[in-house]
Amino acid sequence: MERIYFDNSATTRLDPRVIEAMLPYFDRSYGNASSLHSFGREASDALVEARERAAKAIGAMSQEIVFTSGGTESDNLAIQGAAFANREAGDHIVTSAFEHHAVLNTCRFLEGQGFRVSYLPVSSSGLVELEAVKAVMTKRTILVSIMAANNEIGTIQEVREIGGIAHDNGSLFHTDAVQAIGKLPLDVERHNIDLLAISAHKFHGPKGVGALFVRNGTKLLPLVQGGGQERGLRSSTENVPGIVGLGKAIELAKLEMEENVARMTSIRERIIDATLAGVDGCHLNGHRQRRLCNNAHFRFDYIDGEALVLNLDVKGIAASTGSACSARSTETSHVLQAIGISGENARGSLRITLSKMSHMAEAERYLEAIAEVVSRLRAISPVAMLAKQKKGGV
Amino acid sequence: MPYNRKVMEHFTQPRNVGEMKDADGVGKASNTTDGDVVVIYLKIEDDKIQDVGFQTFGCAAAIASSSMFTEMVKGKRIEEALSIDKQMVADALEGMPANKVECSIIAPEALSEAVKDYRQRREFIKEERS
Repeated sequence: MERIYFDNSATTRLDPRVIEAMLPYFDRSYGNASSLHSFGREASDALVEARERAAKAIGAMSQEIVFTSGGTESDNLAIQGAAFANREAGDHIVTSAFEHHAVLNTCRFLEGQGFRVSYLPVSSSGLVELEAVKAVMTKRTILVSIMAANNEIGTIQEVREIGGIAHDNGSLFHTDAVQAIGKLPLDVERHNIDLLAISAHKFHGPKGVGALFVRNGTKLLPLVQGGGQERGLRSSTENVPGIVGLGKAIELAKLEMEENVARMTSIRERIIDATLAGVDGCHLNGHRQRRLCNNAHFRFDYIDGEALVLNLDVKGIAASTGSACSARSTETSHVLQAIGISGENARGSLRITLSKMSHMAEAERYLEAIAEVVSRLRAISPVAMLAKQKKGGV
Repeated sequence: MPYNRKVMEHFTQPRNVGEMKDADGVGKASNTTDGDVVVIYLKIEDDKIQDVGFQTFGCAAAIASSSMFTEMVKGKRIEEALSIDKQMVADALEGMPANKVECSIIAPEALSEAVKDYRQRREFIKEERS
């Protein structure tokens, strides 16, 4: 049985062209980019090229790209770096309640360091409202951090407008664009962005490598002290093969975005329409239109998400859920909570995320499987009793 | 999170699933924090569990353990069935992730409710007759 991978917001398969580009930097041009000899020059030339590719993909300049170990480090460097470097200018940070934990937990850490953070609520369709951003801005606000697109429900935020609000206030604007690369045409100039975090493995590059765009002139303190690589913002010998992979992957993502987006959109539309039409008691989470081309996020009444995912896995389909049954209770994801879905209603959530490598035939196989799995699990579940409870508001 | 083969087998092919219209006793247990619900149906004769059915709303561990539990109590005397606890079910499944034992194995609680229901019904019948 050919397995189907519908969990591309978790990670993606490497593009063979990316692997090919990386290979020479493991065993032939394996030098340290700081070395003076030819081995070192080959490595540093590769970094120059990768940096140019990354910059070009988001409308930045080469010297504005800092390579890191991934999206989490990029978010940390952006937020902590900006907060500590601008402490005399203010102590207030604005973010949203449904950011990735790389942003949320960094903000919580900063609260412990004396900063104040506003966690903006989001609408039930998963959008940050501009008026809400405006309303919390103060003279002490040094940074606004709002994701370009949500990692769970895929909703796309008004980055340009939010960046504009931040700039009108004299604040920096950071966006976690980890899920957006290759799917949204991001341009740091047009979208008023000062700091932008990306992660290579989300767009068919390797794991363990990311980048942060840092607008020229932005004050930032490094998290890591050492040999002063990456303009002193990220010491440590550069991960040359990884960075080469990121460069190649982002170049391809940008170059082939139009056809990839069209392809993913048509498959996603089929999945959303047919799932909603074909399965009773099924709801779409997140805005119907303002969502990433690769994201379909559902919830099914009277079913548990873990059971759903495991049962789909038995049928060879890999997807994910927003409810993780852990030690003592089923923890509803903070994203679902933020859009007002809680308790039993959040139990049966399912996230389907596509990539440029997905096929319509896979969607058809998923559609067959989901109908079967849902009816199987409902046959086990005391549905009638639960329905009565729900009606009675118990 | 990873489940062993036995748990997955009971999850994908659960035994004794379904409502029993002519049950002698029905019991429900729920885990209020998770919203898990297990319903147990019993057919009882001569103080012995002749048949048992279940319905479960919950994760794979909740479904698999309900299935295993019904296998364990079938044919047993009531008192014997009531002595089966969470850990015995987990052991019969050849192990369960530690965090799942407490929250997911609620079928034994549903059984004791079903037995209560059965005994109440019998009391009622006796009173009617006398």
